[in-house]
Amino acid sequence: MQLNLSKEKLVEMYKKMFEIRCFEEKVFELYAQNLVPGTIHLYAGEEAVAVGVCSNLGKDDYITSTHRGHGHCIAKGAELKRIMAEILGKKTGYCKGKGGSMHIADFKVGMLGATAVVGAGLPIAVGAGLSIKLKGTDNVVACFFGDGASNQGTFHEAINMAAVWKLPVIFVCENNVYAMGTRQSTVMLVKNIADRAIAYGIPGVAVDGNNVLTVYEAAQKAVQKARKGEGPTLIECKTYRHKGHSRIDPAKYRSKEEVEEWLRKDPIKGFKEKLLQTNILLEAEIQQIEKEVSAEIEEAVKFAIESPHPFAEEALEDVYA
Amino acid sequence: MKKITYKEALREALREEMRRDPTVFLLGEDIGRYWGGAFKVTKGLAEEFGDERVRDTPISESAIIGAAVGAAITGTRPVAEIMFGDLTALAMDQIANQAAKIHYMFGGQVKVPLVIRTPFGAGVNIAAHHSQSLEAWFMHVPGLYVAVPSTPYDAKGLLKTAIRGSNPVFFCEHKLLYPMEGEVPEAEYTVPFGVADVKREGSDVTIVATLYMVHEALNAAKELEAESISVEVVDPRTLAPLDKHTIINSVKKTGRLVVVSEDCKTAGVSAEITAVVAEEAIDYLDAPIKRVAEPDTPIPFSPPLEQYVVPNEKSIIKAVKEIA
Repeated sequence: MQLNLSKEKLVEMYKKMFEIRCFEEKVFELYAQNLVPGTIHLYAGEEAVAVGVCSNLGKDDYITSTHRGHGHCIAKGAELKRIMAEILGKKTGYCKGKGGSMHIADFKVGMLGATAVVGAGLPIAVGAGLSIKLKGTDNVVACFFGDGASNQGTFHEAINMAAVWKLPVIFVCENNVYAMGTRQSTVMLVKNIADRAIAYGIPGVAVDGNNVLTVYEAAQKAVQKARKGEGPTLIECKTYRHKGHSRIDPAKYRSKEEVEEWLRKDPIKGFKEKLLQTNILLEAEIQQIEKEVSAEIEEAVKFAIESPHPFAEEALEDVYA
Repeated sequence: MKKITYKEALREALREEMRRDPTVFLLGEDIGRYWGGAFKVTKGLAEEFGDERVRDTPISESAIIGAAVGAAITGTRPVAEIMFGDLTALAMDQIANQAAKIHYMFGGQVKVPLVIRTPFGAGVNIAAHHSQSLEAWFMHVPGLYVAVPSTPYDAKGLLKTAIRGSNPVFFCEHKLLYPMEGEVPEAEYTVPFGVADVKREGSDVTIVATLYMVHEALNAAKELEAESISVEVVDPRTLAPLDKHTIINSVKKTGRLVVVSEDCKTAGVSAEITAVVAEEAIDYLDAPIKRVAEPDTPIPFSPPLEQYVVPNEKSIIKAVKEIA
């Protein structure tokens, strides 16, 4: 193990990753049963990014998220049952059924919300960083976004602003190769999105986004730097979504070979093998963790399914505070 | 009462609120010590409160508003300045999709105490990209409040209310109003949202007008008085929330309505106010409603062209006489 992490921490990380995977598989299943209104954007395959980054954060640190945000919520410590209830449009969900899959937030754990406008979260993360700076605490903000978002003007505006004000923001680009069906190489000439950091005078690092320990290490460095008031870092995590862009997308623009290659690099499988090989965890312990997670997910599903829908008239509430 | 300009009134509101509440801070392009804002509203504030709280930004409107949103949802009260109202188009996602919707879409978990100040209006020959009146864009977005002060008194009182509130406020100023003087109390006061002000009482015709058009309407009313037409001028002061009650009550009294607005006529402020009266008070009308608004063109540069499209005292008098 290249990092000096306690067994407890490693178990926690494995558990979170596994939780995200099972959660997403369950969402997929519920969607097929017509229990999920609208659409879904699953995080399966990208778990190492959210967990590798959020394992460096405390409760008072913030994150911003995207339309593919279930994994970020779980990694930051939001409750599974309230996430699931929101996805099902229930009153007990985080947003009382007003947000749905693409708009989950839990301000109690510093999850500042998922925005479904690609690239819109970057300036908001800058604002959270600014507020930290004005208050003089050593908290940080991790801002998740995809490769597609890095072509938005907000990417440039936000990173430049955070850089020039030395704000404690870690910009985490989840490069899953495709912005919907558009391959990265067809919409940008740079190979590494991390290289764009040069333009803003901040460090940029591209890492294997399917290796949770590599992500953890890069994030740790960026978080430490941010806490010391030394400004933002851009981390590009190279990863892959196992499913299509959204529920309706069969992802035919990806070759079978490409998908198979990435499935071989499954972040959970890889981490599990490493934990077993280094004898940090025994097969029985892994099985125990997986059993616990399955039970938690089942409980969340039960809660969500049994929860009531909001009353129709509640649509008129919460427009203004 | 003291007499100060609209610009000074705004500055007083900012200064007093920044002294009262350390979480209030300002951000915008050239608002700091070197320029004090393109219209000098923030002049002198950086010297008193420092560069951290009176923050010059890069020319990045989307990031300015986005940063204000992020700061507002994490415990501060930002007041963002967009140098010209036209440039809010660059930040529209952050205003309309983020600031306005965060409270609702996250189920009321968090408040967004944010003020966006910006000047609208024509009259200084700076053409299509610096002269528009776009209030209606923001009225159309649930979750935003829209303030439209026409006097120093209202400007100061409404801005203080905006800063102390719990919702995003789109605060419209007007270039021609900045140097205008008016009475403002020495003592502390605020002006509530959703309460129109009858700027002049009258009995024959109601004029509803906002921002600079209030003054054109008042001048028109004075002229019309000489011709024995008594005009009441109602200034809504905020377009969201809109004080329908005061407007309708005035219409009940006069039976005639002219709506004056500097923005484009189609789907504009005047359209909305007209619709409200048509829907809720048509039985009280003795004549068709008249609208005086910009005739659906971009704002042109050359003075005779610009003067032609912007409503003024004359066009208001003409409209009133058509129904009075």
